[in-house]
Amino acid sequence: MDAILLQILNGLDKGSAYALIALGLTLIFGTLGVVNFAHGALFMIGAFCAVTLQRILNLSFELVDETQTDFLGNPLKVKTPYVEAWFGPDIGGSIIDWAVPLAILFAIPIMIGVGYVMERGLIKHFYKRPHADQILVTFGLAIVLQEVVKYFYGANPIQTPAPDALNGVVNLGAAIGMDIVYPVWRVVYFFFAVLIIGGIFSFLQFTTFGMVVRAGMADRETVGLLGINIDRRFTIMFGIAAAVAGLAGVMYTPINSPNYHMGMDFLVLSFVVVVVGGMGSLPGAVLAGFLLGVLESFASMNEVKSLLPGIDQIIIYVVAIIILLTRPRGLMGRKGVMEE
Amino acid sequence: MSKFDASRRRVLKTGAIAGAGVALPTIFTASSAAAFTNEPTGGTVTLGFNVPQTGPYADEGADELRAYELAVEHLNGGGDGGMMNTFSSKALQGNGILGKKVEYVTGDTQTKSDAARASAKSMIEKDGAVMITGGSSSGVAIAVQGLCQEAGVIFMAGLTHSNDTTGKDKKANGFRHFFNGYMSGAALAPVLKNLYGTDRTAYHLTADYTWGWTQEESIAAATEALGWQTVNKVRTPLAATDFSSYIAPVLNSGADVLVLNHYGGNMVNSLTNAVQFGLRDKVVNGKNFEIVVPLYSRLMAKGAGENVKGIHGSTNWHWTLQDEGSKAFVKSFGTKYGFPPSQAAHTCYVQTLLYADAVERAGSFNPCAVAEALEGFEFDGMGNGPTLYRAEDHQCFKDVLVVRGKENPTSEFDLLEVVEVTPRAQVEYAPDHPMFAGGNLGACNPGA
Amino acid sequence: MFGLDKKDTSKLIIVACLALLAPFILNPFPTDSALAQFNAGYPDLMQRFVIFGIFAIGFNILFGLTGYLSFGHAAFLGVGSYSAVWMFKLIGMNVIPAIVLSVIVAGLFALLIGFVSLRRSGIYFSILTLAFAQMSFNLAYSVLTPITNGETGLQLTLEDPRILGVSATADGSIPVTNLFGLEMRSTFEMAVGPWAFQFNAGYYLCALIMLAAFYLSIRIFRSPFGMMLRAVKSNQQRMNYTGLNTRPYTLAAFVISGMYAGLAGGLMASMDPLAGAERMQWTASGEVVLMTILGGAGTLIGPVLGAGFIKYFENIFSKINDNVLHTWFSFLPDGMEDAVVFIIHPFIGKGWHLTLGILFMLVVIFLPGGLVEGGQRIKGWLSRRKAKDGGKAAGETNPAE
Repeated sequence: MDAILLQILNGLDKGSAYALIALGLTLIFGTLGVVNFAHGALFMIGAFCAVTLQRILNLSFELVDETQTDFLGNPLKVKTPYVEAWFGPDIGGSIIDWAVPLAILFAIPIMIGVGYVMERGLIKHFYKRPHADQILVTFGLAIVLQEVVKYFYGANPIQTPAPDALNGVVNLGAAIGMDIVYPVWRVVYFFFAVLIIGGIFSFLQFTTFGMVVRAGMADRETVGLLGINIDRRFTIMFGIAAAVAGLAGVMYTPINSPNYHMGMDFLVLSFVVVVVGGMGSLPGAVLAGFLLGVLESFASMNEVKSLLPGIDQIIIYVVAIIILLTRPRGLMGRKGVMEE
Repeated sequence: MSKFDASRRRVLKTGAIAGAGVALPTIFTASSAAAFTNEPTGGTVTLGFNVPQTGPYADEGADELRAYELAVEHLNGGGDGGMMNTFSSKALQGNGILGKKVEYVTGDTQTKSDAARASAKSMIEKDGAVMITGGSSSGVAIAVQGLCQEAGVIFMAGLTHSNDTTGKDKKANGFRHFFNGYMSGAALAPVLKNLYGTDRTAYHLTADYTWGWTQEESIAAATEALGWQTVNKVRTPLAATDFSSYIAPVLNSGADVLVLNHYGGNMVNSLTNAVQFGLRDKVVNGKNFEIVVPLYSRLMAKGAGENVKGIHGSTNWHWTLQDEGSKAFVKSFGTKYGFPPSQAAHTCYVQTLLYADAVERAGSFNPCAVAEALEGFEFDGMGNGPTLYRAEDHQCFKDVLVVRGKENPTSEFDLLEVVEVTPRAQVEYAPDHPMFAGGNLGACNPGA
Repeated sequence: MFGLDKKDTSKLIIVACLALLAPFILNPFPTDSALAQFNAGYPDLMQRFVIFGIFAIGFNILFGLTGYLSFGHAAFLGVGSYSAVWMFKLIGMNVIPAIVLSVIVAGLFALLIGFVSLRRSGIYFSILTLAFAQMSFNLAYSVLTPITNGETGLQLTLEDPRILGVSATADGSIPVTNLFGLEMRSTFEMAVGPWAFQFNAGYYLCALIMLAAFYLSIRIFRSPFGMMLRAVKSNQQRMNYTGLNTRPYTLAAFVISGMYAGLAGGLMASMDPLAGAERMQWTASGEVVLMTILGGAGTLIGPVLGAGFIKYFENIFSKINDNVLHTWFSFLPDGMEDAVVFIIHPFIGKGWHLTLGILFMLVVIFLPGGLVEGGQRIKGWLSRRKAKDGGKAAGETNPAE
């Protein structure tokens, strides 16, 4: 029982990353009708925002310490971060320690800016082009973005730890008399994802801006005829979608050390999630994200694996095939979207 | 410096009658005049450095390439000579190989067998390379080794740790300096026994492909011989990035040691996840829970940061070693590039020198002569103590290092400390050991 | 000729000339010159050009005609390679049985996957094919290792039975692939002045098969069956309303293009007897999509051009290193030489992905019809100039096929 609860929890936690990425992807697709293969790259850029902030905070000056030597036998250069020098080791140290949460503030403007530039500079010209062209150009962009990141940060994963205070484990089952130990940061990630998803939904549901965007998603032409500048709003939505992907990336860095190809690793998976959820459906994307996360966790249980060897390798795809064959447009897809 | 005067073509050129053009029938790429594939006849010899330049192992590949460039510099008499001064064999003069200046071509394996073979083939067919070396995974090493056997050139393996490379997939034209899964197990077992006792229960997480399996088999056999129990061996998909669903069941499995048979990005993530789940602070069966990473790589360990502290594993070589050879190598590499070399760089550098030395001693670039010179070759001064290139399977036998993540690193390179240098005698095995059985070296192939 | 109209015949002849004279065309630079780095006329790369050409031609029959975007075509190539290598292991080293079997097996596999996947259309179809291919890849890498040899890839060994051949040759090596005794790797070298040209038996076998495949694809494009497939692309619903069941047609196209992929896989294994699981990964499927669209989807020659373009970058650009750059620019003053090398450095060697990505984007942005459109524009521009010189009105550009 404990084991099953633990896997459900784990699935929700994995699923929250899937859901966040799929949500952004669907926002872009639903509003602009563009299949964005560079969405994984946005997730990756978000993660490297955290890495960059960590690097900035760790910018150091060097003092030569004659008493110690480095590996070549020369006097060792001792590095002290400026932040620690300015604010003292205690406050400075804790600022560095909290680099990842601070990176959220750092990443939002950057990601919105990246999204805006991407939309205005490139994607805008592809609205009227076939989906295949959109896929190709965004895929090319994804390659370029990841290679640029690789050029500056190398190919190896870079450790970006969570703050010490959030690094331990917590027993979530204590209240109900069970033993469900879980890392604090992963719990934080889950609630963060729920918060963002809730925020996006209420933004679309309860604000005039959101209402217009929803109307535009349903019937772009009519909204345009009403004299509303829908394109501008869609550009802003692109920025927001980029920010969602970026924040998902920032918060993901302590879970797994980011590397330049993490976006590509998530790309195929996030497309499967979006399609299983149904193209263009926001609730579908979120639902499918959590569903696939939980099923993936169950499939990796030893009991299941001993029954069906290798099932954890293919579970995502098996589920996708079953759902697409029983529900033609995914869980909550609309008729006629991307069916040509 | 031109690298395009592949001497094979020069032969053709001089043999050709200018103008209309005369065709020389040849088999594969060796000219009919040559005794073996890509025989260097001009003033230069071309070596092929085939390393991952894209993909997850790109940084490791870049370090290998640095080592190769350094080795070429030393062979041609540049720099401070590095390990050539400490190498027990004194055949190398610093005037290239057999008086021919060493030139090289580079390629990208992408850590895919197909791409690696394509790249190696272009070096052999287009650039006239007489030896191929490099790589950062066993799949690629085995694939390229097979190719070199067919083409008739020597393959000096880079980083490859699977038992199969010199086990069931061994080839007469292929040579491995790096250690293997069996040696990791044999070196780690006594250290683990001293540290954690004989009454332990181990849980294996293993990357689900051939390298992972051979390492899992080796480590399980070595630890079970100590009296440990193996409670479970779980295979994880190669593409997995989040190992939490595999780590979570470990908590309640009754195991008190977790063995992570992962490498590269998999290792960074699985170790990070295991530490996140608080495994290291747990007490099971009255003992502290321990994690073991049998194959360590310093470059990769950096990605796991703090999490490696106090975790044991094995490695082929480490830059803090204090023997003369290691010191000389670290000095020339560090002076040139500003940071210490990785174990991948070390093995690649040594392989290049060993090849050059074998050619000098054989007096010929003929792969069969080179292979004969390498087989059963005993040497020293290359950083791992007295070493033997065993004739039966072309595997090097040397001391293996057991290392531990350092508690108080003094620099960003100072991540591991050497706990024990396990002597060569302890990691040796018979050529027909069951874990290595089933292969056949075959006959050496000079091409032509 | 061959039942083709004049335009198609000339296309076939152009492709035939390009394929047969490739050893000359691809080796324009003397072997000793600094630009020899750009020579692509060595057997392995020429073989790859035509093999991936076949793969892309086949993919284009499905995607170019019906508009169904399969994202799992690499699975058929992989299955074809595995079948061929198994033939070499069990039967013997002649390539004919291996190629035949790989086409058949890939066809059956395509029939199975196509039957299921074609129940959906659009992106749902793409994801279904992607899912099947990724399942094949993941299983081949791990659980199916007894059949596929997993990570290492399926290789020949000295212990293979080879009932119609020998397990090992007299001198103790593994026998090589051959066509009734003609070794696939045998190469005929010709030196003309400073040039060296290589004529490889395996390459010419591949090239001839590619020409046959190209001819077949022209016939399919021009046949009533091809018309039917185009009708499916333009409006499947209308077709269904007329009471016509389109599924058999699309399934046939899917199986044919799967067999092309299997043929490519079989040839790859025949040139180099190894089959690795990476051949089935989604990136490999994506690569053929890129080749087709980059060259010009729905055109006859486009996919072959796209295949050549991508393979050229992969194999030539990845091999340029700083050292080579210094050779090229050694005529510049020292400081300037370093500066030029510094600027170019990120785009070569380990940066070849970056160059390829940028070129993709440029082609897609400025040439929506792919490389073929680029060719047409140049042609159009030239003929306009000619027309202007003659004092006539500018000629129209040729419409895309």
